[in-house]
Amino acid sequence: MPVESSETMPVAHSGDVVRVRQAVRTQAVAVGFSLVDQTKIITAASEIARNTVDYGGGGTLQIEMLREGTRRGVRLTFTDQGPGIEDLERAMTDGYTTGHGLGLGMSGAKRLCNEFQVKSTPGQGTIVTLARWR
Amino acid sequence: MRQAAQTIIPTLIERDNERILADWTACQKREGVAARGQISEAQLGDQSKRFLTELRQGAAAGTLDDLSGPEWDGTRVLLDTVAGERAVQGFSPAETAVFVLSLKEPLFTLLREEVGNDVETLARETWAASLLIDKLGLYTIEAFQKSREEVILRQQEELLELSTPVIQLWDGVLALPLIGTLDSARTQTVMESLLERIVTSSAEVAIIDITGVPTVDTLVAQHLIKTVSAARLMGADCIISGIRPQIAQTIVHLGLELDVVSKATMADAFALALRRMNKAVTDRAQPKQSGE
Amino acid sequence: MGEIPILQIGDCLLVSIQVDMHDQLAMSLQDDLTVRIVGSRARGVMIDISALEIVDSFIGRMLNNIAAMSRVLDAVTVVVGMRPAVAITLVELGLTLTGVRTALNVDKGLAMIRRIIDSEGDLRAGRK
Repeated sequence: MPVESSETMPVAHSGDVVRVRQAVRTQAVAVGFSLVDQTKIITAASEIARNTVDYGGGGTLQIEMLREGTRRGVRLTFTDQGPGIEDLERAMTDGYTTGHGLGLGMSGAKRLCNEFQVKSTPGQGTIVTLARWR
Repeated sequence: MRQAAQTIIPTLIERDNERILADWTACQKREGVAARGQISEAQLGDQSKRFLTELRQGAAAGTLDDLSGPEWDGTRVLLDTVAGERAVQGFSPAETAVFVLSLKEPLFTLLREEVGNDVETLARETWAASLLIDKLGLYTIEAFQKSREEVILRQQEELLELSTPVIQLWDGVLALPLIGTLDSARTQTVMESLLERIVTSSAEVAIIDITGVPTVDTLVAQHLIKTVSAARLMGADCIISGIRPQIAQTIVHLGLELDVVSKATMADAFALALRRMNKAVTDRAQPKQSGE
Repeated sequence: MGEIPILQIGDCLLVSIQVDMHDQLAMSLQDDLTVRIVGSRARGVMIDISALEIVDSFIGRMLNNIAAMSRVLDAVTVVVGMRPAVAITLVELGLTLTGVRTALNVDKGLAMIRRIIDSEGDLRAGRK
């Protein structure tokens, strides 16, 4: 999958969550997403960014602009070296939360994206990859 | 398989280019190629000139009975363009093919003059020329068909756009009559525009009428449900009207939870909408004076 | 006070969220509102989100909390001005706003609060 451009930013504290939203918006607009599609991927990014800050102990986000033929898309990769996710399947169900949240972060974000992948090793960290195509 | 070097056609075209062009143009005029007036003589002349150039190059480098090789790329591209334009301009397939086929006459005439005394060669060359031009003619017709299909497809899409307008029935009451088979993409677009209209018209009630929808599958039903939920989040309410018995059965059969009020007809839905907004339709108090 | 202004219109509080809030701001808004509801004995709280392009589950939680708090303090909460793209995304996200009423704009929101309060038989003088 040809990557047209790539940008990395820290996702360490809650102020970064706002910056993540702004950065993802910029890319989504550049790729030409409709308003609804923009909103979906920015919201998904916000959910995962917050997880990275609250549960992952902070990490990084890589934003990639993709182009495959005439198709264009945006891929986001959130990486942290936190405690990891114990029960991935449970984490992906609606309403499950270990904190004070609504428990919609992961499952909700998945519904908002075309591609969604989680790789997590307890004790080592988590990598969440999401992508949305035009 | 004819070898490129064994035909004199490219040489003839190069040598007598002006004359072939003139004779061909005369033929085209006679056959009424530009009769509709949608294409000017200058344009036609330009296309003819370019075609002759491509034809000469193709015939010189490639085989005469197979147009798929790279030597014929230029010719094919030109014919695609010409056929595409004709399709859009409303010409018939025959009128478009005649552009190519009318080249036979001037070419045959030239061949007869050139090798007329050699019956063998004349027969061979004439056959080769005829075959080639037939192939080009057929290719043109197919390119025309393809272009026509694209035009029709685009018109269908535009028709679909027109067939799902959002209508304002009253202050604060919108109606969306859905017509035809809904596919996922179109349903999404239609629903988004309904939500936009709800904002711009400050409409508290939106009636989605599905009388004109023959079938509702799970995907479409889900879109409907999502739209209703989104409208509620925004502060408006939806009523679904026009649910036919078959659709009601499908919905129950699929186990879908339609958590929205539904009415059999749009009239019923409109009446409900007015009630919700605390409005009523009453008779005028004063009877009109006799004589109006 | 946080950076989000809270206006008082009669017995209603109006909050207009204009900025992309970070978490601390959202938390302080919740606290500020609680204090103001009690202080002004407001019967209605209107939150205008017409400027918000993104509402994620955190903001959703904030709205639910404000509604829950207001209810305890005998006030009605109405969220107004949600954008279509936001509504569509929230539905996809699976987020439900519990105990939060919604209206299309500030006018309709005020009318709604009015209707609810009046139907409770509010006998306070001067309110109409």
